[in-house]
Amino acid sequence: MGSTLDTSGLATPRAAGLPRRMGRFNRWDTPWLNPKLLAGVALLLVILLSGLLGRFFWDTDLAFSGKAPLNLPPVGFVNTRGQAGTWEHPLGTENSGRDMLALMIVGAPNSFLVGVVAAGVGMTVGVILGFSAGFIGGRVDDVIRLLSDVTVTIPSLMVLIVIQSLMRQVDLTTMALLIAVFAWPTPTRLIRAQVLSMRASGYVHMARLSGASTWAIMFREILPNLTPYIFASFIGNATGAILAAVGLETLGLGPQRVPTLGGTIYFAINAAALLRNMWWWWGLPTLMLALIFIGLLLINLGFDEIANPRLRRSSQ
Amino acid sequence: MGRYSIGFIAQRLGIFLLTIWIAASVIWLIPRLAPGDPISAMIMRMSSSGGRVENADKIIAGWKERFGLNDPLPVQYVRYMGNLLRFDFGYSLAHFPTPVADIIGLALPWTLGLLLVAVTLAFFIGNFLGAIMVWGRTPGLIRAVIPMFMIFTSIPSILAAIFLIYVFAFLLEWFPLAGSYPLGMKVELSWRFISAVIWHATLPALSVVLVNFGYWTLGMRGMMITVEGEDYIQLARAKGLKPFYVLYRYLVRNAILPQITAFAITLGSLVSGQVLVEYIFGYQGMGNIIFAAITSQDFPVIQGASFMLIVITALAVLIMDLTYPLIDPRISYERN
Repeated sequence: MGSTLDTSGLATPRAAGLPRRMGRFNRWDTPWLNPKLLAGVALLLVILLSGLLGRFFWDTDLAFSGKAPLNLPPVGFVNTRGQAGTWEHPLGTENSGRDMLALMIVGAPNSFLVGVVAAGVGMTVGVILGFSAGFIGGRVDDVIRLLSDVTVTIPSLMVLIVIQSLMRQVDLTTMALLIAVFAWPTPTRLIRAQVLSMRASGYVHMARLSGASTWAIMFREILPNLTPYIFASFIGNATGAILAAVGLETLGLGPQRVPTLGGTIYFAINAAALLRNMWWWWGLPTLMLALIFIGLLLINLGFDEIANPRLRRSSQ
Repeated sequence: MGRYSIGFIAQRLGIFLLTIWIAASVIWLIPRLAPGDPISAMIMRMSSSGGRVENADKIIAGWKERFGLNDPLPVQYVRYMGNLLRFDFGYSLAHFPTPVADIIGLALPWTLGLLLVAVTLAFFIGNFLGAIMVWGRTPGLIRAVIPMFMIFTSIPSILAAIFLIYVFAFLLEWFPLAGSYPLGMKVELSWRFISAVIWHATLPALSVVLVNFGYWTLGMRGMMITVEGEDYIQLARAKGLKPFYVLYRYLVRNAILPQITAFAITLGSLVSGQVLVEYIFGYQGMGNIIFAAITSQDFPVIQGASFMLIVITALAVLIMDLTYPLIDPRISYERN
């Protein structure tokens, strides 16, 4: 994870019988292994894997309408018509015969896909623009800063609503790419600010004095130090992208042919699932999304601790 | 007024106009990049969702003529921009002779009112919690509980809204399920009406507040840690000033200022979040008309409402940028 954080060469003092306080130099004591980060990653992995592996154990065709009995509650509950849940559909079914378990298995990874694609594209553009602005400066910096200042204030959901309401069929990737159009300003601003401050720092001067080329300074000196920021902005972007996707889907503007978590909420709200007390219909996708967002938040807090040592100390 | 220079005001105004121009152009351009034209696409969507549309060809030709879609693109673009400047968004297709501007005019006050209340509450609650998280005299229990509320921050307001409706409106029946005031009640300036409005707005406002206060708490906490290390805080304590006086006179006053600039960056997502909350609650604001327009394929309303929200956000950011130097004397925008 970047040469600057590698402390393995210092792992020996403890073995040499130094006091326990020196445990700080233990190789497992890097800030990259803080509990928040680990918990967040674990939570997201569990959701993602149960989505990906679930396909081998559960028939995902059931996620489409008309494949199962209607309005069944989850196992152990009874719906308003007195029907009890069955193990054939352990999480229940909804209004048009979609199996909730299959919906979750297909829907959760779809949310991840949107997040990763949109955040990946947005962040790549952001890193390139941020580096250019911070390093080249001058006119380039002015233009990039102006564009990111302008884009960051536009409520992107509004523009996306206009676009998606005109497009007849959107697939997941198209939606992710459209969301990515608005995902670059935040990483651009962040990277630019960091590059500006690092450019003036001692080790960059040192590298410049020893004759390193601009490219070497950018990629071998500065970029590794930006790793926590880049990761953090990736997670922030993914959160924003999934949020935008959920917003569009719950408004009925998401992909029509692929089951999504937001789309499930849209159908539930439209069919007044709240008033019919079919809590599993809106509750399960809501819970799933909430868990995804909590996982992302934990990862983000974890990266904060890596990038900002002051938080690390004060949290002890 | 000495803190302002013409250059600063011109620059901020320029950014404001550029924001609106870019947003308007994107909204205009994207539909035209798609194959076909907006009218045919709309008729096709209508026929695919609601059966056959009689004389589709004639309707398309008529609307094309009406909207001037046969003119060259630059002419269309200039006319579109001219119309936007006069807030003329054309006519609603679902409620035909009603101008889009009228529909927006009815919904906008509700959205602005709710947004103002919710954002103000979130800002004060968030900053208060952030401040007492760092303050040394806060009981440990409170300091341990606050981070738990941070969980809410990660959850989108739309999910919080669904959850709140279920618990407080459906199960407990403390609050109404939908709407911004009881159906059939006369809109008037009486206590009865105002209390009904507040009662209806509680849950929508709560969903926005719950989800957003944590952002301010985290920011405030960071700023408070920085300010606590300053020498003048040491001096204030050494002078024997009361701890609470040091908190609000020395710590909070200095820490809260950068938080105000953070408003500008978050406002866009705040507005988006609230639009979704309004839709879930059936609140009579912009979110509701946008959703109704999406359902009825009423493109002019979608376009007009979205554009209006973008303008309002940009305007709010402009106002904040211009008032900030008045609030924080350390910032000066004079040409150096």
